[in-house]
Amino acid sequence: MTDFLNDWGITLMVFTPLVAAFAMMLLPGKPDIIHKQVALGASTLTAVWGALLLFNFDYDSASVMQFGVDRSWIDVVNARYDVGIDGISLPLIALTLFVVPLVILYSWNHIPKPGNAKAFLILTLILHTGMLGTFVARDLVLFFVFFEVVLLPMYFMIGVWGGEQRLYAAIKFFLYTLFGSALMLVSFLALYWLTGSETFNMAQLAELVSTSDIALGTQVLIFGGMFMGFGIKVPMFPFHTWLPDAHTQAPTQGSVILAAVLLKLGTYGFIRIALPILPDAAVEWAPWIGLLAVIGIIYGALGCLAQTDMKRLIAFSSVAHMGYVMLGISTLTSFGISAAIFGMVAHGLITGMLFFIAGSVKDRYHTLEISRLGGLLVQAPRMGWILGFTTMASLGLPGLAGFWGEFPAILAAYNPGGGLSQPLFRVYMVVAAIGTVLAAAYLLWLLQRTAFGNPSEEFADNPEITDASKLEYISWVPFLIMIVVLGFVPGLIFDVADAPVSEMAEVWVVK
Amino acid sequence: MISFDLLANTELAFERPAIDWHAAAPELVLLAWGALVTLVDLVWLEKARRFIPTLTGFGFLAALIPVVTLWADSDALPRQMFDGAYVTDELALVFKGLFLLSAYVVVLLGANYLNDGNYYDSEFYQLISASVLGMLIMASARDLVPIFIAIELVSIPAYLMAAWRKRDLKSNEAGLKYMLMGVFASAIMLYGMSLLYGMAGSTQISAIGEALTGLSDRPLVILGVLFTLIGFGFKVSAVPFHTWAPDTYEGAPTPLTAFLAVASKTAGFVALLTVILIGFESKSELVEPFMWVLAAATMTIGNLIALRQTNIVRMLAYSGVAQAGYMLAPLAVYSANPELSRSAVVNYLLIYAAMNLGAFAVVIIAARKTKSGEISSFGGMFQYAPGLTVAMTIFLFSLAGLPPVGGWLAKWRVFESLLFFGEGSTAPSLAGVLLAVLVALNSVVAAYYYLSVAKQMWFMPAVNDDNSTIKIPSALTIALAIAVVITVVSGVTNLMPELSTADFGLGQ
Repeated sequence: MTDFLNDWGITLMVFTPLVAAFAMMLLPGKPDIIHKQVALGASTLTAVWGALLLFNFDYDSASVMQFGVDRSWIDVVNARYDVGIDGISLPLIALTLFVVPLVILYSWNHIPKPGNAKAFLILTLILHTGMLGTFVARDLVLFFVFFEVVLLPMYFMIGVWGGEQRLYAAIKFFLYTLFGSALMLVSFLALYWLTGSETFNMAQLAELVSTSDIALGTQVLIFGGMFMGFGIKVPMFPFHTWLPDAHTQAPTQGSVILAAVLLKLGTYGFIRIALPILPDAAVEWAPWIGLLAVIGIIYGALGCLAQTDMKRLIAFSSVAHMGYVMLGISTLTSFGISAAIFGMVAHGLITGMLFFIAGSVKDRYHTLEISRLGGLLVQAPRMGWILGFTTMASLGLPGLAGFWGEFPAILAAYNPGGGLSQPLFRVYMVVAAIGTVLAAAYLLWLLQRTAFGNPSEEFADNPEITDASKLEYISWVPFLIMIVVLGFVPGLIFDVADAPVSEMAEVWVVK
Repeated sequence: MISFDLLANTELAFERPAIDWHAAAPELVLLAWGALVTLVDLVWLEKARRFIPTLTGFGFLAALIPVVTLWADSDALPRQMFDGAYVTDELALVFKGLFLLSAYVVVLLGANYLNDGNYYDSEFYQLISASVLGMLIMASARDLVPIFIAIELVSIPAYLMAAWRKRDLKSNEAGLKYMLMGVFASAIMLYGMSLLYGMAGSTQISAIGEALTGLSDRPLVILGVLFTLIGFGFKVSAVPFHTWAPDTYEGAPTPLTAFLAVASKTAGFVALLTVILIGFESKSELVEPFMWVLAAATMTIGNLIALRQTNIVRMLAYSGVAQAGYMLAPLAVYSANPELSRSAVVNYLLIYAAMNLGAFAVVIIAARKTKSGEISSFGGMFQYAPGLTVAMTIFLFSLAGLPPVGGWLAKWRVFESLLFFGEGSTAPSLAGVLLAVLVALNSVVAAYYYLSVAKQMWFMPAVNDDNSTIKIPSALTIALAIAVVITVVSGVTNLMPELSTADFGLGQ
């Protein structure tokens, strides 16, 4: 069994959804139920493969790439099919495996207009493969391919099934990300030639860069290209403007996947590729990344306060939360980077959950105007409570997952690594801490105006407004459980990520 | 034979140069088959009309057989004839395969189009065979004379075919414009070639290369080199020599447009590669800046104008101009690593052929229903023709250079060659980096107009709510299937990069 997993585990996990998607293409479009069953079955099977991998993962040596497969692929460009899992990618793979089946389950009777479950689910499965592939790739070319594969299904998901402004949002999302990844690609190739290596393997490149004498200025430029690619995906201020549009216009499932997993591809790229390969350039960039991160925190929070649309508010809160993740990364300490990894998972669960609720509110009220909503706790008490619970988690209440993403990131800024300026990062720390207050303000404000009080007259006697359905429960409760579990047992992620992150951060430890 | 015997008895004894019949087989098979098609047409007239397209298609496949056997006998490569003026090496075989296969797909695309339009079609297929013969010659030509003959053999039938829809003014315009521009380009090129011959005393490319090595950049050299390159610039529709392309593409019968955009352009690139990499190898200081400007202008202007197009064929024409810019880019830095630049260009040509033919196939199929070339006529296709929509989406994403379909690998290799630097230097050349960034930015611009077609197909309602399905004739289905398979496979396998690194025999 172990041998089998070593050879085939990752490949099966990554490509099961894609194979299912091809199978679904061959099936007739009606009835919908077949496609739903196939999609759910495939994503569950994927989760089973993933679970087998997670159970057989050797947690004592989490810093080592496990289940590695290294086969020749496109020889001429020295690209290899080179995949593996370590403690950094494991939490994110787990997050992906967890989120997608629940999203498909939620789709059972929530296929957004204009319908066509077949196409919608095929795109979801292609996304699934793209996301998992990005997290397991150890080869830059393979990474790039998977990183880009997710663009296509998300573009169509927003464009076909999205809201009124969907065309604008879809193309904006697409062009922004494409712009970043084009520059990222140039960076990858520059690195390839500069190291004189015959490989795109990330670990080998990191080693080669450390032993070669590439001028720091060149390294900083290369880091800049990667920064554009990953930073736009995160998204960091000032490249965030695609996000509110994409999130708001995307169908519920699209928003959930976008928030839960897609944004993490950017931050993961920083941790997996940019920082370990170019640690010196990272030191040069860190103050700027930190600055943009705290601007993002404050700007996102202020943006939230100005929103009148519930979904758009949640989208802006993503900008703020990803700011904490980036702040954690910019400290260049193992503590901060571990916090960033935790923050990614926590944000994925919490914001994903918020988007689910927003979607269900929209289904019932047909609007997300905060000023028209109100009294959710009266009309749909359980949904109201879930909203309350999730906002609490989102604002970083201790005991829930959100706390462990934000608090250590802020704390890590107190004492940054890599010889970074302490006073500067302490200023960042204070600003980020103020950000948490603002977060509390906008989230409580949201909760107050949507859940508390009495329902407005226009919705008071509307029979459409019912409490959460059984299906919604089934797809939501796992999220809520995980938010609590991670809140109480943060070690689940910290312990896994600690070893590889410490190893990586060793270069920045000030002696 | 008799004439040879007579000559043998005189003072002017002519010794026939040795001919490697195997190496010449693809050309000869095609020549014979073209004659056969003409005969069949002459003898059976109307009765044969239905079979001519199929027969011509088989001709291209038949010519493919010797290409394969030559490839299999790879130890004997490169095969030379006529003192190295005609070389059949691995790369030539790759190109011959590409030309024949694209021609086969074009014939599949044309079958119903011409029949439906009630145009003469037998002659069309004879002309297309002649044009392909020119391409086969081009792949092997290592001498200015066969190169020129090949270019004319490719072009002259194409001038006629562009004007094939003779009752349509636009088609007349297409043919005339193409011919005038083409002849003009030939004249400039021929002038450049004559200067080169004057300097080298030989028409062989390799001899010209040797002669140029010793010469300084005298005006004569500059004129000879640049005029020759400008002539090819017309053929590959590089800016500012691209002005014929959109009008010709729009007016010509669409299958021929596909042929021009893919096969004819590739032929131009083959000539460029041969002349630059063998003939002008030592003149990189002169050629590289010229190619840099040409590539930068071609991709940028092509893309910017493509953004404004509302007609799908014109859009594809300008996108083809931009794509030519990407293909020219590696030639702007070829001196650093000629093999790498060459394989980047070849790789791009191979993948471009599949994706662009595919896109034209969809345009032709869609026009059967909509009778329109406007991009807006693609509206709602996802509703009534999901399979066709997915195919077109694959081609568009490939053209935009998005993984996992073919185009990304084509662009990747271009970037690879632009950012390459050799032993002697510590960083890529500034010219290469700037061009790479320009390619990156242009890819984003290009994505916008490719996606706007995808947007119509997926997001917009059908024109007049006409959701009736499209009947796709079997020939077009085959063409589409070939294009889809090659486009997808080339993005995730080693096939095209491997083919593109085929050996390039330099002649003597």
